[in-house]
Amino acid sequence: MKLFRSARKETAPIVLGGARRAELRDHQRELHNFQMRLASSAGLVLLFFFLLLLRFVYLQVLQHDYYHTLAENNRISIVPIIPNRGLILDRNGAVLAHNYAAYTLEITPNKAGDLETLINELAQVVDVSPKDRKRFRKLQEEGHDFTSLPIRTRLNDEEVARFAANKYRFPGIDIRARLFRHYTNGEVASHVIGYIGRLTQSDLDRLEDEGVAANYTGSDFIGKVGLEGRYERDLHGTTGFEEVETDAGGRAVRTLRSTLPVSGNNLLLSIDARLQDVAERVFGEHRGALVAIEPSTGGILALVSKPGFDPNLFVDGIDPQNWEALNNSPDHPLNNRALQGMYPPGSTFKPFMALAGLELGKRAASHTIYDPGYFVLGGAGGHRYRDWKTGGHGMVDMHKSIVISCDTYYYGLAQELGIDNIHQFISQFGFGKRTGIDIDGEVAGLLPSQEWKLKRFKQKWFAGDTISVGIGQGYNLATPLQLAEGVSVLANNGVVFRPHLVRHIQNSQTNALTSIEVEPVGTVSLKPENLALVRDAMVDVTRPGGTAGAAGAGALYRIAGKTGTAQVIAMKQTEKYDEKKVLERHRDHALFIAYAPADAPTIALAILVENGGHGGSTAAPIARKVLDFYLLGKDPEIKPINDEDQDEHD
Amino acid sequence: MISRLFAFLGRHVDTYLLAAIGALMVVGLITLYSATGESFSRVAAQMANIAVALVIMWMAANIPPHYLLRLALPVYVVGMIMLIAVALFGEVSNGARRWLHVGVTRIQPSELMKVGVPLALAWYFDRYEAILKLRDFVLAAVMVLIPVLLVAKQPDLGTALLIAAAGFFVIFLAGLSWKVLVGLVLAGVGCLPLLWSVMHDYQRQRVLTLIDPTQDPLGSGYHTIQAAIALGSGGVFGKGWLNGTQAHLDFLPERSTDFIFAVFSEEFGLFGNLILMTLFLFVIGRGLFITFNASTLFTRLIAGAITLTFFTYVAVNMGMVSGILPVVGVPLPLISYGGTSLVSVLFGMGILMSIHTHKRLVKT
Repeated sequence: MKLFRSARKETAPIVLGGARRAELRDHQRELHNFQMRLASSAGLVLLFFFLLLLRFVYLQVLQHDYYHTLAENNRISIVPIIPNRGLILDRNGAVLAHNYAAYTLEITPNKAGDLETLINELAQVVDVSPKDRKRFRKLQEEGHDFTSLPIRTRLNDEEVARFAANKYRFPGIDIRARLFRHYTNGEVASHVIGYIGRLTQSDLDRLEDEGVAANYTGSDFIGKVGLEGRYERDLHGTTGFEEVETDAGGRAVRTLRSTLPVSGNNLLLSIDARLQDVAERVFGEHRGALVAIEPSTGGILALVSKPGFDPNLFVDGIDPQNWEALNNSPDHPLNNRALQGMYPPGSTFKPFMALAGLELGKRAASHTIYDPGYFVLGGAGGHRYRDWKTGGHGMVDMHKSIVISCDTYYYGLAQELGIDNIHQFISQFGFGKRTGIDIDGEVAGLLPSQEWKLKRFKQKWFAGDTISVGIGQGYNLATPLQLAEGVSVLANNGVVFRPHLVRHIQNSQTNALTSIEVEPVGTVSLKPENLALVRDAMVDVTRPGGTAGAAGAGALYRIAGKTGTAQVIAMKQTEKYDEKKVLERHRDHALFIAYAPADAPTIALAILVENGGHGGSTAAPIARKVLDFYLLGKDPEIKPINDEDQDEHD
Repeated sequence: MISRLFAFLGRHVDTYLLAAIGALMVVGLITLYSATGESFSRVAAQMANIAVALVIMWMAANIPPHYLLRLALPVYVVGMIMLIAVALFGEVSNGARRWLHVGVTRIQPSELMKVGVPLALAWYFDRYEAILKLRDFVLAAVMVLIPVLLVAKQPDLGTALLIAAAGFFVIFLAGLSWKVLVGLVLAGVGCLPLLWSVMHDYQRQRVLTLIDPTQDPLGSGYHTIQAAIALGSGGVFGKGWLNGTQAHLDFLPERSTDFIFAVFSEEFGLFGNLILMTLFLFVIGRGLFITFNASTLFTRLIAGAITLTFFTYVAVNMGMVSGILPVVGVPLPLISYGGTSLVSVLFGMGILMSIHTHKRLVKT
């Protein structure tokens, strides 16, 4: 040992004797020290490896399941495959709503950086209109930063190619093939079909509550109103899923499993698109509503609410400008007047009143009154209720009361019946309650009763209240749909069907049709002779001498109809209504209900023209054109109906 | 003839050490094949690295220890000069100034200091063996700290740590009193805030991330989380070779270099880990055995420092991958892809062999 050391350390002095022993001892102790240090190092090594082992056992044995799940989640991502939305077809198979594929440019805001600059740069490559920008900003305000929002939709091939070549310049902008909804006929039947719109947070919350949110993974759109809204579940279909193994960059490596989407079911409507189109055309620039029903089924043939709107505007997010225009228009084009507009039924109420009088035994058909031009409540000196015709109609029986629309007759009849009888009997025709049509937003209208007034106003019913109800005024309010339903029940000899728009739901896989129930929901018990009497009177309404005589002139079939005029503003006792002096918006609403052919009706309809003046002059001619088209296939010239002054009156 | 050639080649080679190293390198190649997405070319490149490193190991094994003693100071001085040169006009790569361009190639002087620092310290302690005083230790500490700070400033925390560890092991084995050691540890803890203040943001982030990796799952916590998922999902027997989803679908970052252990552990599980740990323990154990039997203070200190630095490599890497140590860029010796670390590790192993085999020769 010493040799070894001294050979290396020439400079070390060689110490002899005791000193050398001391050095050896010293060296011995030093070596021992070193070995102790080495041993403690070895201990440290073992300790650390033991700790590592504990960590491995913790990760790989105790926590294995947890990390296994994480690893699976890491590699497997579920990619939703959005189903094709069901089509909407009319009763003849004409397509009203369908889908087409188109390319969109979508921005994911949180990946994009400065949006303003990015969009400006994008505008150099593809056309980006101010409308597109506004719509994008609106979507951005509503939505989330991590969803991709369209900046441009429906790119043409050239734009697609140009963007693809420049894609590297636009981080956060992607080109996507998307299915778009298209409403073939634009504004026609817009209130029936409704529209789809982008899925919002509140939609998602609702879907969550209904427990179907999972089916909307990846979906951007949802039906908002009309049939698109009501039949959302049928139309949407079932979202498919692809389990894809992805790498860390999110690129799909391979598909592990996939479940194909199931397309939404098709809606086959009772609507006749051509009839609908004709009805909208003949409505012209008027505001109002028209509902035509097939009496034997309750199927709705046409449902018009004017003005309408183009539902295509909503499909990829409506731009603020169009939205403002629709939402702030004094004409309220987004309101579905057929379901939501409440109007006094006016004289169209009279046939129902007449039936009530007959059925409840309060009036015989032959009973005749003298009409001096007014009705006095409570004996001489009482309140006078004026007939529309100054001087009156003279001797009036029930038939004549309908044909010439005598008010005085119905004032008296209403008094005799009493409000609760009126309410009970006439509600059987669907007044004062929702008809149950298969789109949302319907209002109940109002068929007053003593109970209602007590509840609503905490006031008892006055005898005077009943009188104006008799001519469809007063508290009386009905929707055009209710009027159509009422006249349809009349046409159907009292058998009540629920009015509906969808006839069949067609399974997208099997093409099997599921029919919407056409069982009657009730029957108004009416004696045939009473029905015949009212029908004959209604037929005479559309013949010379009737209030709609001009409109019915020359018809090749018999029309049973009744005109109506609804007051918009109340007149003082002494005042005389003069159309020319009244603001357009305060003019009377024109109404007309009808069914035809009178002896075997295939169509029943109700028309309301807002501020149209008289039912006979404004509403009935529209009905005539609709009936001519439906029954005879006669296409009316596009010329809108004008308000020529006819001397017919209500 | 052939047997004589083998005898010549094997004269200074320690068979036990070589066998364990060889086994580890084979494991490394197998894992590398999987980690690189079954790339033969990368495996071939690593085999070339191994060949070079083995030659260097053989050469180191054939250098008698007293030559090393003479080389110690020059190596340290040259290393220091180069480190300063790097700091002044080094080449920047990946945000760190680590490389020095020398003619046709570029070198990383910090790697040289992994050997240079323990050599110089061992030389110093050996020279003043009989009369070691506290001031010798202070001087030794300064000799360690200057290169460590220079490397840490590059910044290369991993290498700085390993140089510091190597220096510390020499000082520790040379017999720095426990009292001072404990004092130093306390002082070190006291200096933590100071250390914190000089650390780069990304280094601080790594420490914070260690405490709670989920704080920043896509940023600095990503490595730790994905590695933990790889290990944990591997389970007891692993997912099987080439079947690691974390590795093959790119979730694991740096999976052929610093995080190769995660790939191994995902595919071979706890069972594989035990085998790997056993191999590493065997190498470390053999190193400690050689240290124990070394004949001079210099060789003892060098052998001990090499062995314990090797252990530090393994511990820091496995600790980092399994999430009990912060993420510092330290490869797993003999397994990770890359020539530099392989050469410096095998060079160290060569010195160990030299110390072991030359002692025998001198004795007989």
